[in-house]
Amino acid sequence: MKYLFYPGCSMETSALEYTTSMLGVLKTLGAEIEELENWTCCGASVGAVMSDLLGVVLPARNLALAEKAGDGRELIAGCSACYTNLRKATEAARDRASLAKINQALEVENLAFRGTVNTRHLLDVLANDFDMDTIKSHVKRPLTGLTVAPYYGCQTVRPYSPFDDHNHPTSMVRILEALGAKVHHHLHEATCCGTALLTTKPEAGFTIAGTILEASSPADCIATVCPMCHMNLDSYQDKVSKVLGKTISIPVVFLPQLMGLAFGLEESTLLFKRLMVSAKPMLERVGAAQG
Amino acid sequence: MSSDSEVINLTEIRRDTAFAESLTPVGHELKRCIQCGTCTASCPSAAFMDVTPRQMWRMANLGLADQVLHTKTMWLCTVCYECQVSCPRGIPLTEAIARLKQMAIQERIKGFKESTAFYRAFSDVMRRYGKMREMEFMVRYFMSTNLLSATGFAGMGLKMLQRGKVKPEMPQLGGEGRLDKLFDRVAELEGRR
Ligand code: SF4
Ligand code: SF4
Repeated sequence: MKYLFYPGCSMETSALEYTTSMLGVLKTLGAEIEELENWTCCGASVGAVMSDLLGVVLPARNLALAEKAGDGRELIAGCSACYTNLRKATEAARDRASLAKINQALEVENLAFRGTVNTRHLLDVLANDFDMDTIKSHVKRPLTGLTVAPYYGCQTVRPYSPFDDHNHPTSMVRILEALGAKVHHHLHEATCCGTALLTTKPEAGFTIAGTILEASSPADCIATVCPMCHMNLDSYQDKVSKVLGKTISIPVVFLPQLMGLAFGLEESTLLFKRLMVSAKPMLERVGAAQG
Repeated sequence: MSSDSEVINLTEIRRDTAFAESLTPVGHELKRCIQCGTCTASCPSAAFMDVTPRQMWRMANLGLADQVLHTKTMWLCTVCYECQVSCPRGIPLTEAIARLKQMAIQERIKGFKESTAFYRAFSDVMRRYGKMREMEFMVRYFMSTNLLSATGFAGMGLKMLQRGKVKPEMPQLGGEGRLDKLFDRVAELEGRR
């Protein structure tokens, strides 16, 4: 299996551990993946607020590059906001007038977009392109005894969800079970993490993130598939604790980090040390703690 | 939602009848609203809003453009698409909120400095480098809002620096930005220059 990869801004910086663990896991599973060259920001939640056209032109620029480089390969996005924006641009391209307008803009970059490239969420690829027996066959260190709370967030499954349910997604369950972990289900697996509110309206943002953290807290860790979700749940737990009036401390990891852990990959690929809330207690549980 | 409701005399107030039409792609979608309240019930931010989504869509349909643009509702929207996928009338609500944010920024509605500063700072950094630079974005954002509130984030910022989560990079001043041409062309195509 061959894919192109759109990292997006976060997977290159704050969520580097998501990228390295993803690459390690896909390699183990025998997939080939190549980073899209010359990519630029998808516009995040900001492009569409600056203007309708900018909101589709920024992702379309990257899709045009992917068409050129791709040979029909699908484009993987690990960030749910990137994923949504890229799919939105493909959606917009189905309308001839809007595709023409996008291309008028892309002319200045010497690019043309046809609307042919298929963007997949990394979770979709991990859950659907490999059968669970293949995943199981690579498990060297089963996550037995580890309870994981899946957290999908919003844009992973909304508004586009060709691979899972909008409100009650289950894609992570079969992966986590294949790794030997137990799944802790809760009511906030697909509610929003609060996104930019943690910066712009902290009172509201911390309460929203707090609800998810509290619902997950019986588990040993939370598994995420989006850098924004991850940042909001991992980075502000002390502030959230103050708002909730009780201490919250739960490691928040990326799903490929857990997969890589079970596959026996090295810390230099998994980079658990980068997490803001220490993953040590959870690593000790599966006998993988280091110094 | 605050409990004291305000009485608006619809015959005396200026109403913009084209307002609701300007918020959706085809134009008539919001008119389908049956005020069922599913949008509000599904919204993770509703409890923090001054006007709930259901109320706001009613106000939009009544043409109360000015009142809608002065609510906090859109700035508390996290773009989670809950309301849009749940609305029984299939109205593209989350996308309508993006239009509201556009209008509020273009009309320079006062009072939501943190939110508008967030979008401006992000957009400026994206245009200049083609990618996000978290450090520079945060500096631009806090400089244009409230430097004091930055101190609340300073401890975390330091921890993130130590873990390599943010990269200290020198800002590049002057010269052409990575996406200047594309931003300019889009503005030209939309008749904004
Ligand atoms: S969910 Fe849709 S129909 Fe119901 S109140 Fe909201 S906008 Fe109107
Ligand atoms: S998209 Fe915005 S308004 Fe709609 S439910 Fe989510 S936060 Fe609320």
